[in-house]
Amino acid sequence: MTDPLLAIDDLHVHFHTEEGTVEALDGVDLEVYGDEVVGVIGESGCGKTVTMLSVMGLLQSPPAEVVGGSIRYDGRDLLTCSESELNEIRGEEISMIYQDPMTSLNPVLTVGRQVSEVLLAHRDISKRDARERSVEMLDACGLADPERLMDEYPHSLSGGMRQRVMIAMALVTEPNLLIADEPTTALDVTIQAQVMEVLRELRSDHEVSIVFITHDLPLVSEIADRIAVMYAGTVAETCSVERLFDRPLHPYTRKLTESIPKLDQPATRLPSIDGTVPSLVDPPDGCRFASRCPQFIGEECRSVTPALTDVSGTGRHEVACHLYTDVSEASPPWPVDDEDRTAQQPTAETDDGGRR
Amino acid sequence: MSDLQEGRSGRPNRSDESTTQSPDEETQLPSRRRKVAGRLIRNRLALLGSGIVLALVLTALFAPYIAPYDPVEQDYAALEQPPSLEHPFGTDTLGRDVFSRVVFGAKYAVFLGLVIVGFEMLLGVTLGLVAGYYGGMVESVIMRVVDVALSIPGVVLALAIAGMLGGGLIPLVIAISLVGWRGFTRLVRGDVKGVMEEEYIDAAKGAGVSDARLIVQHILPNVASSIIVYATLTIPTVILWAAGLSFLGMGVSPPTPEWGALIANGRGEIDDAWWISTFPGLAIMVTVIGFNVLGDGLRDALDPRQSEL
Amino acid sequence: MSTQERTTDTDGERPDDPIVRVHELEKHFPIKGGILQRTVGHVRAVDGVSFDIQTGETLGLVGESGCGKSTLGRTMARLEEATSGSVEFDGRDVTTASKRELKAIRRNVQMIFQDPASSLNPRMTVSQIITEPMRSLTDWSKSKREDRLYQLIEEVGLSKAHLSRAPHEFSGGQQQRVAIARALSVNPQFVIADEPTSALDVSVQADILNLLKDLQDEYDLTYLFISHDLSVVRHISDRVMVMYLGEVAEIAPTERLFDAPKHPYTRALLSSIPRASAGAMDDRIVLEGTVPSPEDPPDGCRFHPRCQEYIGEVCERTDPEVEPVDGRADHVCACHHY
Repeated sequence: MTDPLLAIDDLHVHFHTEEGTVEALDGVDLEVYGDEVVGVIGESGCGKTVTMLSVMGLLQSPPAEVVGGSIRYDGRDLLTCSESELNEIRGEEISMIYQDPMTSLNPVLTVGRQVSEVLLAHRDISKRDARERSVEMLDACGLADPERLMDEYPHSLSGGMRQRVMIAMALVTEPNLLIADEPTTALDVTIQAQVMEVLRELRSDHEVSIVFITHDLPLVSEIADRIAVMYAGTVAETCSVERLFDRPLHPYTRKLTESIPKLDQPATRLPSIDGTVPSLVDPPDGCRFASRCPQFIGEECRSVTPALTDVSGTGRHEVACHLYTDVSEASPPWPVDDEDRTAQQPTAETDDGGRR
Repeated sequence: MSDLQEGRSGRPNRSDESTTQSPDEETQLPSRRRKVAGRLIRNRLALLGSGIVLALVLTALFAPYIAPYDPVEQDYAALEQPPSLEHPFGTDTLGRDVFSRVVFGAKYAVFLGLVIVGFEMLLGVTLGLVAGYYGGMVESVIMRVVDVALSIPGVVLALAIAGMLGGGLIPLVIAISLVGWRGFTRLVRGDVKGVMEEEYIDAAKGAGVSDARLIVQHILPNVASSIIVYATLTIPTVILWAAGLSFLGMGVSPPTPEWGALIANGRGEIDDAWWISTFPGLAIMVTVIGFNVLGDGLRDALDPRQSEL
Repeated sequence: MSTQERTTDTDGERPDDPIVRVHELEKHFPIKGGILQRTVGHVRAVDGVSFDIQTGETLGLVGESGCGKSTLGRTMARLEEATSGSVEFDGRDVTTASKRELKAIRRNVQMIFQDPASSLNPRMTVSQIITEPMRSLTDWSKSKREDRLYQLIEEVGLSKAHLSRAPHEFSGGQQQRVAIARALSVNPQFVIADEPTSALDVSVQADILNLLKDLQDEYDLTYLFISHDLSVVRHISDRVMVMYLGEVAEIAPTERLFDAPKHPYTRALLSSIPRASAGAMDDRIVLEGTVPSPEDPPDGCRFHPRCQEYIGEVCERTDPEVEPVDGRADHVCACHHY
């Protein structure tokens, strides 16, 4: 196996706030290989954005503090890079697109200026070349009449167009890694479909690895090769998209996939997860999902933090759960809904639908 | 960052573990107040401001016990004496103890500051609430009056009103109040407009809440913090204005130890007896700084963006 | 031409007992311009919408941002004044009701909002928030209000200990539970839920959807469920109405709308939903362009500039009527194809 492009290892990030220290990330491990799309999913507060801001070196400190771990990009440890070294990497080799296209473009500069500025900052090229290159990129992002668009101001663009401009800005320097933080959340579903189409095309045209952060599992499964599921500042499970649907292992992942209303399923009662995410100020010891876990197996869950370990032996399927610490017993012996306390209706039929 | 904030709001039930008492419908929210107070105490400057303001109020309350002399008693044996142990701030042209006069002046400063700002708030906040809430014609009329009022220089307006009503304490209060309310109206109307955008206002309307209750129960508490800050920052301005008008002879009458009047009193002697004007001036300065610093601190402590983080 | 006439004429498959009848409802917002703030145009947020809602059903209302679905909900709750048309609730017109009549209507028509953080007054306690509608809309005694409060707080899955807390001490899901308790405190018959789960995480969303269903069963509630999320709408609705640019595109029973969508817009919308299965993207219809401005909607069929099944000039000239398709009274669609 080749070396990963990006390797996050045991990353710990704390936020110092009035109410105490928020342990936002508690040992996050994540690897992104060349030409791979990794979907990072999780609910609000799970640390997915914080992880990627750490990669970009964009965490505001204070209140944030990286207390441990390393982030290696292409052999360099980003956490020890100076600000100027980071500036060279950011935009040139790693780019990021953000959730809200309405606020991430500067309203007083033309689209052309903003796109070509990225190029001029990182490349030794003339303004004319930068403009030409920008026009090509806007065109590649599916924007009609890019020449005219170059002289427009952001306010005259719709949300979907702005997000495509953002994508063009992020990709104009042909970075190796693109971090997309909920890039379609603010968009309507038909526009979301357009943007996803652009991302898919760009991915096949350019060799770029993408980290796609989202809370929308069906959406990310359209584009990702591999999924990392995060929960309360930890990575619960990483595996291929197929395995995530066929054979999710972590109890949280299973619950999460079940609680999504599905289009191709009759309306039944939705399984939900009891309880709430634990406080990250002084979080519980052991597995952070223990208090809500339907497959809680005892003291071990409450006292020992499960490590993210490979359970498949062959492929890359890692899970952080004590159920699987003994690899020989890796295959889950129970049907998913057996211990569900809230749902009565779910039957074999719904199970099949979800995990086909 | 948003990720973090949501994460923290996703963690309920932390404070007030003991609050299991019967749900009185009017229960207040102590946790928020405690937070604001905590923030204020941690801010050194704001603490200094509170100290000055507290000292001022105590001085005003206990003036007769603090002042070593009667502030209006004339002592012809000690005219224009420089500061000494006996007269820490010296004496004035009539032999009155400047320190005692400054101490009694605090009474006027506090009284004028509070009363005038109170009147300004009553008028300004009411009009601002009405303008912001009803909008349309009502708002246009109120805001045009504000615009016109703002186009007249405040000093001219206050002098004209004070002149019309003749000198004295009451005309002084009226004159300054009539100048100052406009700021409150603008501020409150803008804030109300912002609050009206919130969904809880729609929710309250959908719950059939009457206009009056909506304004008092739902809108006012949500604009209160900026009113408090603005009021705190207005008090020193008002004290300055009162001093200014008294200095110009439009305020309180001569023997009264009002700070502005004290400065005016020593104006002619500044070369020979600098202490007569200087100490009241310093008193004004310290007071103004104290209120301003406290106001800034309050603003930081009450700022909703900060209280979220 | 209204759908309710049809459902009354023809023998529908469901009992015809509408609790809400919306007829040719329009809501236009003036656009002010120039120094004098004259009205220079109108945003036609809701532009001639007719439908009805049967007692006890959940009507899902879907559409993209700017289609007027929220404005429709707000106008039905009289949070906006209608420009024209009527909203009859139980035979009384909401749009022209006097203040007193409106109070009576509001006891039966309540609303749940999208953002629970914003729909709860930060300066009030949970108990103040939940009792507010009871104070204003009923003449219940204090002890009756408290009984109801205690009952409700448990029913929505919170406890009495939560009552003296402020909204910001709760998670989004818990806040939405408080908002639901507030809406149900006066025992309404009809609840308008405007994107009640779109600000929530999926696992929390499941909780809230389940809660809404339970409460519907218990109190025989009728819901208008507004959402942009078709999966959620499919999950909770009996019938679904699709809006585009202030007009009704299609109304059909849920199963039918998802199995046999007629309007080209509905079909594009359905195919845009990300699916968790492989191969789902192959037949995706990716629409060109974006929703035009409701200030200046296209002539004829409002969808024609983006329509993948544009059939000619008739689409550009004539605004299609909302008419039954496949001879079914319960499936109506506004398209020249049919």
